[in-house]
Amino acid sequence: MEQTKVIELKNISKSYGGETVLDNIDLYIRDKEFVTLLGPSGCGKTTTLRIIGGFETPDQGEVYFDGVKINDVPPYKRHVNTVFQRYALFPHLNVFENVAFGLRVAKVKEKEIVQKVKDTLALVNLKGFERRSVATLSGGQQQRVAIARALVNNPKVLLLDEPLAALDLKLRKDMQNELKALHDRTGITFIYVTHDQEEALSMSDTIVVMADGRIQQIGTPTDIYNEPKNAFVADFIGESNILDGVMVDDYRAKFAGHEFKCLDSGFEKNEPVDVVVRPEDVDIVKAEKGMLRGTVTSVTFKGVHWEIIVDIQGFKWMIQTTDYCAPDSVIGLYIEPDAIHVMKKSEYSDMFGDYSSYSEEFDELSVADPESEEETAE
Amino acid sequence: MKKRSFLEKAALVPHLVWIVLFIAAPLLFVIYFAFTDENGAFSFSNIAGLTNYADIFLISVLFALIATVVCLLIGYPLAFTMSRLKPSTQRVFVLLLMLPMWISLLIRTYSLLAMLDNGGLLNSLLSKIGIGPVKIVGTPGAVILGMVYDFLPYMVLPIYTSLSKLDIKYFEAAEDLGCNGAQTLFKVALPLSKSGIISGITMVFVPSISTFYISQKLGGGRFDLIGDTIERQFLYNNAKNVGAAISLVMMILILISVAVMNRFGDDDGGELIV
Repeated sequence: MEQTKVIELKNISKSYGGETVLDNIDLYIRDKEFVTLLGPSGCGKTTTLRIIGGFETPDQGEVYFDGVKINDVPPYKRHVNTVFQRYALFPHLNVFENVAFGLRVAKVKEKEIVQKVKDTLALVNLKGFERRSVATLSGGQQQRVAIARALVNNPKVLLLDEPLAALDLKLRKDMQNELKALHDRTGITFIYVTHDQEEALSMSDTIVVMADGRIQQIGTPTDIYNEPKNAFVADFIGESNILDGVMVDDYRAKFAGHEFKCLDSGFEKNEPVDVVVRPEDVDIVKAEKGMLRGTVTSVTFKGVHWEIIVDIQGFKWMIQTTDYCAPDSVIGLYIEPDAIHVMKKSEYSDMFGDYSSYSEEFDELSVADPESEEETAE
Repeated sequence: MKKRSFLEKAALVPHLVWIVLFIAAPLLFVIYFAFTDENGAFSFSNIAGLTNYADIFLISVLFALIATVVCLLIGYPLAFTMSRLKPSTQRVFVLLLMLPMWISLLIRTYSLLAMLDNGGLLNSLLSKIGIGPVKIVGTPGAVILGMVYDFLPYMVLPIYTSLSKLDIKYFEAAEDLGCNGAQTLFKVALPLSKSGIISGITMVFVPSISTFYISQKLGGGRFDLIGDTIERQFLYNNAKNVGAAISLVMMILILISVAVMNRFGDDDGGELIV
């Protein structure tokens, strides 16, 4: 059963002052889908969203809405509504008037406005907040008002620009569930922009991974996680050990000085490849029983598991295990064929996947700062 | 409370001296003269006699009101357009607006007179194309034009300042919710720049109502506004008590109007009727 394409982007390119932000983007979004544009800051995800919303015009390419080209349609005539990053609620209006704003512009009857606003506020769990000034609301409540203000207009597509970036972790998790529930209940197409891979994995029907103004991979969360297309995707989604390897033959990959059985095929004989092994897919065994052997260089307690870094012939692997291993001990690694994923070489090869410079601090630093996310939007 | 050091106290002295000499003392003199007669005896006659000047007050308020409204009508769209230009272009516009403010008000009014006068630039142009000369100087329009010309920057700058501080996201949100340009202006830009509008109105209305030079030059001496009347009482009629009384009433008028405007500003408009 083919669902209709509600939005289609064809060969979209956009640059600011000579710097390419979007490079020939092709993307379609099916009706009622929850699509996430995922990528680091500066990857062009916000610009893509703003092109769909009508706030930016592409330099090249076409934007279609329900099969109609809308390149030159101004935002106020598009059947999409946006939940803005940091909300942009009108400070001179109370909660009710903020939510009613779009309906008033559309000249909806007063009685209907009152009913719709009431229903929508109930939908986002803000019953009784009608007369509150938006300045007195918490971040989470403002977020809900922003969602209600967009949803009340019953758009065909709802655009969400990093809506949870300003909330604390606990609230963010709650709102993720609520947004997902809202999506199921309303049947509206959601296009969601985030740099948070966990958010993307847990909410989306489809994830579009972007980097450097290009789409790297489109797929379901499980596809993206289990079958990353290149080293960038593998590294950006979850933790991964990415090794330089050679595809000896179908189902036989050689890396880290050992030949492994794997499930991948279709490569040329002895083709150089990138091999991904997720940290949770490695089994720790006694040194003499391991396919690979290495020295534990660091151990970190993470609650659910231990995160250990193992030095194998100079390459540092990250392994997540529930068994404690003492630092400086020598352990063996056992890798099942289905834990190995082989990717073609790409421009991102050798840029990611080694944990030799890994430390807790580096991890903290690499979390994108939501404040710096607007670079492409301005 | 933290005790102030000697230096801190000393730093206040020049300011205090200034306030006492040039603000407090003159105000006390005005009040003193307003309530005394020529011999220095206490008297209400100056205030009571002000009814004779009622028409002057009325026409002054009227002229100032019209000038303020015209400034707002010209100034707001200008400020709005400016605030949405490229930053570098915005700076050029601000400079162009400030430029006349660096030139003396008297000189600006004189040059306007030279342009509008019967033998002036405008009329010689009009004569050439056969519709003129038209009498401009000496009409109410000329006086109001003078006020608008002299005080327009005081309307534009505060409005521009409040508009340029507004996050562009508010405009995008309005557009996103279905507003076209005009609706965005009236539903979002206007209410969010209220504080700028209020200070603009105050900064045009107050000097307009108290001006004497503009009405003398461009009014051709035909319009007596409050400022002119006060000037005449002091300089030519030797009636400083009457002049002081008029001044006092004008100051009270101005204070009331500023207070009213501020009241508008305080109300956040957050409590709209559902």
